[in-house]
Amino acid sequence: MATVQSKPYAESKEELISGSEAIGIACALADVDVITAYPIRPYDTVMQYVSRLKADGNFDFDFIVAESEHSQFEIVKHASAVGARTFTGSSGVGWFYAFEAITVTAGLRMPVVAMVGNRALDDPGAFGVEHNDAMAVRDLGWHLYWVATAQEALDMALLAWKVAEDPRVLLPFALSCDGSFLTHSQAIVQVPSQDQVDKFLPPYKRGTLQLHPDNPITIAPQVNEDWLMEIRKQTDEAMRRTSEVIKEAYEEFREIFGRGDPSPFIEEYMCEDAEIILVGMGTLAMPTRVAVRRMREAGKKVGFVRIKFFRPFPAEELQAALGKAKGVAVIDRDYSYGSPSYGGVLFHELRSTMYNSDDRPMMLNFIAGLGGREVMVRDIDQIVETTQKAIDTGKIEQETTWVAVREQ
Amino acid sequence: MATLAVEVVYRGIFQRTLARNIVRQIVFAARKDGKIGTAFGRYSDSPERNGIPAKQFAIVCDTALELEESLAVYEASNVDVTINLDDTLCKGLESWAWYGLQPINELTRDGGTLIVTSRQDADSLMEDIHQKDTAYDLAIIPSTVSFSGLWVYKDDHTDMRVLGTLCKVCPGLVSLEAMLESAQEQTGNETKVASIQRAFDRTTTRPVEPGEGNDETPFSFDLPGWKNMEEGLVIRAIPEGTGYDGGEEGYTPGRSDVFKKWSTRSMRPVINFETCIKCTLCWLQCPDTCFDVTPDGLYDANMESCCGCGVCEAVCPVPDCVTMVGEPEFNDNASQWKAWTADKEGYNKWMTALVDKQKAEARTHGFHHIGGYDEEIKAEEA
Repeated sequence: MATVQSKPYAESKEELISGSEAIGIACALADVDVITAYPIRPYDTVMQYVSRLKADGNFDFDFIVAESEHSQFEIVKHASAVGARTFTGSSGVGWFYAFEAITVTAGLRMPVVAMVGNRALDDPGAFGVEHNDAMAVRDLGWHLYWVATAQEALDMALLAWKVAEDPRVLLPFALSCDGSFLTHSQAIVQVPSQDQVDKFLPPYKRGTLQLHPDNPITIAPQVNEDWLMEIRKQTDEAMRRTSEVIKEAYEEFREIFGRGDPSPFIEEYMCEDAEIILVGMGTLAMPTRVAVRRMREAGKKVGFVRIKFFRPFPAEELQAALGKAKGVAVIDRDYSYGSPSYGGVLFHELRSTMYNSDDRPMMLNFIAGLGGREVMVRDIDQIVETTQKAIDTGKIEQETTWVAVREQ
Repeated sequence: MATLAVEVVYRGIFQRTLARNIVRQIVFAARKDGKIGTAFGRYSDSPERNGIPAKQFAIVCDTALELEESLAVYEASNVDVTINLDDTLCKGLESWAWYGLQPINELTRDGGTLIVTSRQDADSLMEDIHQKDTAYDLAIIPSTVSFSGLWVYKDDHTDMRVLGTLCKVCPGLVSLEAMLESAQEQTGNETKVASIQRAFDRTTTRPVEPGEGNDETPFSFDLPGWKNMEEGLVIRAIPEGTGYDGGEEGYTPGRSDVFKKWSTRSMRPVINFETCIKCTLCWLQCPDTCFDVTPDGLYDANMESCCGCGVCEAVCPVPDCVTMVGEPEFNDNASQWKAWTADKEGYNKWMTALVDKQKAEARTHGFHHIGGYDEEIKAEEA
């Protein structure tokens, strides 16, 4: 077995790396004990990178390449039960193949951290990004975070273990990274020093819940209707508590590492006095921010809200951020066939969020960038134009619009 | 305030690490100049297959704000410099990420530069490079093509020579000083640093006027919309073939009208019809069904279909009956069998000369490449 010959990040330094590689470095800095892998594109870039760290003697951990995604997620769940810090991940239909293990991980309150390299679900086989893969865990008790840059991938991976392993929470954490733009593009990333990380991230202590010969317990019993609601309620309470834990951890993160937006949950970009606010997740932020800047230069009052945490869903922050606008354009890189507006998942969550708000802007949904199609600045311009028309006429002609789809 | 973009066009797998080294090195060096950048491959080119045309990019900006515009794209819309690591790609690229044939200079901006590694001269390359209605410069790095495998990399300083040339033709991208300093840091190898300096000193460029070059209209087609696509992901079979070239005798299989892929080819088979024993092996083993059966029962490699893998050469039991020859020797996809039928003596002379030249130059590619390293090491030791 490889042993650690050197800790490569005694000092903070700059690297040219992808989002996947950034998460690989976070695994080393967090001294993860068990990592399981099974190849599927695009998340596999993180596994290639941790293999290299291990082979080079820079990071010692148990690396188990499973025979399928199902076993891959089962193994980290078990490792987490005995007190090991864990990391795993998958993409697209690979993530779906692991679903039985994914749901029990949350049910058993195992703080596994996973990376989802967002990929369109088969069929047709495609490698490009769509958010439906990760979103499928939205009802199961997983934290679900959407990353926009390689730097954020590294930073939020560190936050993920801190929050997930907090005794008040003990819920798994999925980091969603857009395939290609995050997993295969290299950007300049500031890697923190080991000392900074050690200061931020305490060891994982499962306490009396730890499966160990000195602490004889059994877990995962079969139950009947007399038990299940109470167990579900416990998980619900843990999910309610995690918002506060995230806030605390994020404050500490900003203090130690000296970076990060004001809020861990959403990023507000030029929203001050905005009449139209665009909403989206992940790397969609790049073209959207560029478009917003240009429109602002032209005197148009447009802003952008990037939702970072999809679970827990930051309803209060969003009500405050969006309530002031006249129109809200929600861009979904996902779909929900047959849903109330035949639109996307994010749109329906947001419209539900705004229903009980005192200020209810007009809300329109745009499906864009499926299968990794690039969302261009001109697409954003068109989205704003359609929203402006609804505001001017006071009427929404079409709740959901597919952007840049070839008709004929 | 400026954004500069460089694309590296290369042969998938064989030059992947080489291309990656170049784009990363650009960003490292630009960092020394106080700039910020990103390096990425064209995602839709992958998974790379042996020899398919692929691209990597380096984008360098003065500020992070400017860079944001380039962070969620597959392909820059226009580039200051196009670097072509295999001169056979001057004929254009048909990759997974492009529908039809993309000219090598498609993204090269008005007044930009096309750098090619080649042993051909500029006039010869311009026969392949498609016309463009804007002017640009052509810089040639005299060099044989640097091919390697997926995880390995042929350390022949091609990357350093490209970087030195790049500093000369695009001084606004990164300074020579920054490039030399950064290469020293990244490689710790002074001879590599010297290669950058030497390439910089020796670089000359040749202006290319608007309208100069190959006048072929690049093959293209339109993608259908959702209203006129079949539902259920159905793809209709290609109809059965006909007699040779549409005639009564022989056989030409049906082929896709839209997926040509011949730009994957950096070598093509040349057939000696005189020594062919009609064993059928090339016809059977060709993964792309590229051999047409001629009326006289010979096998004519159809260049509209061949991707240059070299399997036919490997399976042919007759010495020198099928020989893979470098693409720079050809300017069209014409039938060899027709040329042979029209003028046997002339064809045989042409074919023998090509085979002899290939033996002397020893260009390798694809299936042909297996065992290439061992041969090269042996040759060097001798």
